[in-house]
Amino acid sequence: MKHNFYLLLILAALLAACVPEKGPQTLTVMTHDSFAISEELVLAFETEHKVDVQFVGAGDTGTAVNKAILAGDKPLADVFYGVDNTFLSRALEAGIFESYASPLLADIPDEFELDPEQRALPVDYGDVCLNYEIAYFEQNNLAPPETLEDLLKPEYRGLMVVENPATSSPGLAFLFATVGHFGEDGYLDFWRGLVDNDVKVVNDWESAYYSEFSQWGGTYPIVVSYGSSPVFEYLFAEEPLDAPPTAAVIGAGSCFRQIEFVGILRGTEQRQLAEKWIDFMLSPEFQADIPLQMYVFPVNANTQLDETFEQYLYTPDAPASLAPENISARREQWIADWTAMVLR
Amino acid sequence: MAIISVHNIHKTFEKTCALCGVTFGINAGEIVALLGPSGCGKSTLLDIIAGLQAPDQGEVRWQGKSLGNTPAHQRNFGLMFQNYALFPHKNVFSNIAFGLQMAKATPDKIQTRVNELLALTGLDGYARRNIATLSGGEQQRVALARSLAPTPRLLMLDEPLGSLDRTLREQLLGELKHILRKTRQTTLYVTHDQEEAFALANRVVIMQKGQVAQIGEPETIYRQPDSPFVARFLGFDNLYAARARGGVIQTEFGKFPAPGQIEGKVTLLIRSDRFEIGISGPHQLRGRVTGRSFRGSVCRLELTIHETTLHADFPSQQGNIPLIGENIILSYAPGESLQVFDDEHNAIDNHHQTRP
Amino acid sequence: MLPKTRPTLLWLLPLTFLAIFYFYPLGRMLQLSLTRSPIFSAPFIAALTSPAIRGVIGFTFWQAGLSTLLTLLIGLPGAYLLARFEFRGKSLLRALTGVPFVMPTLVVAAAFSALLGPRGWVNLLLMRVLALDAPPITFLHTFTAILCAHVFYNLTIVLRMVGDFWGHLDAHLSDAARVLGANRSQAFLRITLPLLAPAISAAALLVFIFNFTSFGVILVLGGPTFATLEVEIFYQTISLFNLPLAAVLSIIQLLISLAMTLLYSRLAAQLSQPLNLRASQQIQTPIRGHKTRLFATLWIGLLLTITIVPLLALATQSVVSFQGQGLRVFTLAFYRELWLNRQGSLFYASPSTAMGISLAYASLTVLLALGLGFPAAWALARDRTAPLNRLLDAMLMLPLGTSSVTLGLGFLIALAQPPLDLRASPLLIPLAHTLVAFPFVVRSLVPALQSIQPRLRQAAAMLGATPAQVIRHVDLPLIGRAALVAATFAFTISIGEFGATSLLSRPEYPTLPTTIYRLLSRPGALNYGQALALSTILMLTSIGGMLAIEKLRVAEIGEF
Repeated sequence: MKHNFYLLLILAALLAACVPEKGPQTLTVMTHDSFAISEELVLAFETEHKVDVQFVGAGDTGTAVNKAILAGDKPLADVFYGVDNTFLSRALEAGIFESYASPLLADIPDEFELDPEQRALPVDYGDVCLNYEIAYFEQNNLAPPETLEDLLKPEYRGLMVVENPATSSPGLAFLFATVGHFGEDGYLDFWRGLVDNDVKVVNDWESAYYSEFSQWGGTYPIVVSYGSSPVFEYLFAEEPLDAPPTAAVIGAGSCFRQIEFVGILRGTEQRQLAEKWIDFMLSPEFQADIPLQMYVFPVNANTQLDETFEQYLYTPDAPASLAPENISARREQWIADWTAMVLR
Repeated sequence: MAIISVHNIHKTFEKTCALCGVTFGINAGEIVALLGPSGCGKSTLLDIIAGLQAPDQGEVRWQGKSLGNTPAHQRNFGLMFQNYALFPHKNVFSNIAFGLQMAKATPDKIQTRVNELLALTGLDGYARRNIATLSGGEQQRVALARSLAPTPRLLMLDEPLGSLDRTLREQLLGELKHILRKTRQTTLYVTHDQEEAFALANRVVIMQKGQVAQIGEPETIYRQPDSPFVARFLGFDNLYAARARGGVIQTEFGKFPAPGQIEGKVTLLIRSDRFEIGISGPHQLRGRVTGRSFRGSVCRLELTIHETTLHADFPSQQGNIPLIGENIILSYAPGESLQVFDDEHNAIDNHHQTRP
Repeated sequence: MLPKTRPTLLWLLPLTFLAIFYFYPLGRMLQLSLTRSPIFSAPFIAALTSPAIRGVIGFTFWQAGLSTLLTLLIGLPGAYLLARFEFRGKSLLRALTGVPFVMPTLVVAAAFSALLGPRGWVNLLLMRVLALDAPPITFLHTFTAILCAHVFYNLTIVLRMVGDFWGHLDAHLSDAARVLGANRSQAFLRITLPLLAPAISAAALLVFIFNFTSFGVILVLGGPTFATLEVEIFYQTISLFNLPLAAVLSIIQLLISLAMTLLYSRLAAQLSQPLNLRASQQIQTPIRGHKTRLFATLWIGLLLTITIVPLLALATQSVVSFQGQGLRVFTLAFYRELWLNRQGSLFYASPSTAMGISLAYASLTVLLALGLGFPAAWALARDRTAPLNRLLDAMLMLPLGTSSVTLGLGFLIALAQPPLDLRASPLLIPLAHTLVAFPFVVRSLVPALQSIQPRLRQAAAMLGATPAQVIRHVDLPLIGRAALVAATFAFTISIGEFGATSLLSRPEYPTLPTTIYRLLSRPGALNYGQALALSTILMLTSIGGMLAIEKLRVAEIGEF
């Protein structure tokens, strides 16, 4: 009995210690923990380039970026995927990426290309927008809000839950939306109005969406989430639905577009393979795989999306815009000011 | 009248009867020994008298009044545990003083009383010693001093000498007797060792499987055990299944005269220390010596008679003790040597015996 | 053989481990952070001494102290119950109260939400019974929620560490006090409590340090209005990228933990007494009498309410359909969905695969933690008061008191570069888990090793046993029980761990917790339902594991 137990442990140790050696060379891709990809796509890439692709998880976006920066000129991987425009300036200032002008950038609309030196290349985007539960507004004969300004009206008092920008990435994106829309001089007034209108703040998206949002376990019919959340509610419903149970508010300047980038880490010894990998990530094959794997959307204009997305994906015509330099210079101050205004 | 008594105490653990109707009393100033093999329910009985456990049935009475509603700490009984249960985080002084502190004695009084007890138990100078540094005998003295300190109405000692070596035991037994007699302490002394019980107690209560087997003064019990169990427990091992008919007891190795009126299945006890070698007595046994062991004051012979063994003890200084291999004749007087127990294991009165 | 080994030799392995996997990464991270900008600048000092930071430190102490106190208040009577009484289902109760320890924070938040959230079972019931329009109980994002979650998590530490010790404490000691005239509470306060003090203070220290460095609970259940030092370190590191301030805060947190640990080991040296520990069978009695029965019923109820009811609410939620308001229907759809890889994802793991990976990591952690813990425990058991041992004993606790944000970052940066390039090695995870499990393992083993009398080894040697046979036939069986307790801690710490795992894991090898988090971070009924279903599976796995260990403990090893 005891012997078997130890045998089992040793076996487990051996199994876990065995790192499969597949290809002659290895490409290491460091990502945040939301990264996902189809197995067949990776296999195809590995076969075509005779390489073994190894993924290294590095926590959420902020943690992963910090890690890449702290590693300095001895990079932890060859490619880093997952820095978004809220953290982009931090990564670029630290100089962790090498420039690479991928030919596929031609297919990507200019609005996504935030780094003129092409060190960070856009891969996907997601719009952080207000979501609301359709049934609530129907039952209460209330018109859903259409703009940020609407949220200050008394009829929406106590109806909204948002995430803390200091701890949550959609929370930060929404703060940026308000800064972009109301300007640096006006956004705090807007937030004061929200506080007076009993806005609820929680630290993370999971709490906001699954514990406080009335579509799920809570009582607030308006939540800060993504423009894509309704379509995923529809796609991943328990039983097939006729239409999504929630909708997004996409009025002028009410959303903030998060764009995620990939880059070649400075100091890599696999520059050529890294370039191939980036081309691969920008190619229509990979781009088409993105929505259902990672719940965000491709930047390559040539990508064919599923019909369902065409139908139910909420895409704002004019998301709030903030220059990365502006974000870079002011983000800490905005977060601090917001914290002082809303939480203290 | 007994000052403390237990009445028909029952206690069951998981369907086995640990105590099944125990009744006896102790007089003021008396030392009673509770004697029995391990597992006979002695310690449970102590716990019940102390109030640490409640009986399923029956009651403990002090001067005739039930103690059923008196919790352990209000009974003012002392209990010395088998393993002493000395408080490891307190030194000798604090251990002894604990009961006095609980009784809210003044510091002066505590000091005086503890010193008194240290002197009584021969522990002068030990007051500040750490418990862990004490030897077994010293721990035993501290435990005794601790139980005596609050002058308990009843002192109970649970196998207090159990784990000590023989010399120390003898010595402490003597001291204990002296201390208990001197303080006229009413005492219940639990042990599995008959020598301890006989040496110390005014009366002995022998327990068997949760019941009282016999109560009496040490000598009476020794002379007349009430049952084969008591006899065997006291070390008499010449016990034989037999059948009585018409004044004769038939065993597998011979006939014996029956004491009194008895018929049917019986158990015969032949005492080992009442034989004489040769044909001097009224009755004889013939057998072959198959074993001989020297035990200090006595020499024990193992005799084989028709494949049955029998033990006979002779004073060592006696000159003519036979050797192994000899065929010998032993004489005995039935009145002194034989005792018969009936089928229910009751002793048959020897005094009405008739000679065949 | 053992008694001849020099302590320094015994410390060699554990210290090397700590040096490579604790001090080096931590030191590297602190060095990187502190050299980024001058830390003695005026703005830096001002930030450090600001009322906000002082408030954070104050709150960290306050919530940790209060949580620890509450945990002890509920845990100590529970430990008494487990130590002194024998009753049916005791193993199950022990196993059940240990389950929270395994649960990742987000899952626990989901569980509390399922029970006490605005649409949780309790509020739904009250709304129906009292005909209310709004949920009457606000629980999430309150101070109460933080306290409850801390008690929920740490109760098992008190129950196990104190209960185990208490179960072997000679019951005659308090009987002796009772007979000497002490009433129940006097006997407890003056005899039992002082004797239990080493176990209680050991448990209290661990609970306190866990609460002191609390992160997930504060963030998710407490909400944005509460911040501990660890939350502040996270905020400074990730949101503000103020690494120097974060590093200084990490050091402050570490120093406070170290001070608490040193205080404890000093206290423990004064408090600990050589005790004649007893086999627990001699001590435990069945539950008898009205008062005892009432107490036992109440406390078993309380323990179960705190630890199991939230998890039960979660499990229930995983088998009801979300469709349609109010009306809830039984469904196994979420469990079926778990076995489907609809998107053909490379990182998909079926529950059985994820469980296999989790179990492999946990087994390795057990192996590593015991392998490193034994020599350290041996060295400590020989003489706990030796200056070297006291220092090293305190050092073992450091990983628990260290900011996981700081250490986590340091771990990957320091261990991903030559000469020690482990970045792609799956070993990183059990190594990180071992750091956390290490102090638990050592603390479980030391008392057992101390209790082995040298006579026993000599007796075995006289009977012809070789040194190896002595270890196998004497030492191992005698400490087997403690080794199992140690193994349980290592196993449970590893199987539910998320923070380090998410930082270090290869996404191709997802564990149960990382899979749950992935599902939980996505919108849609099927995703949420699957997260709950997988959490339930994690829960059942850990109950099964702990019950198996309870069984082993009785059947094969027995009590000493």
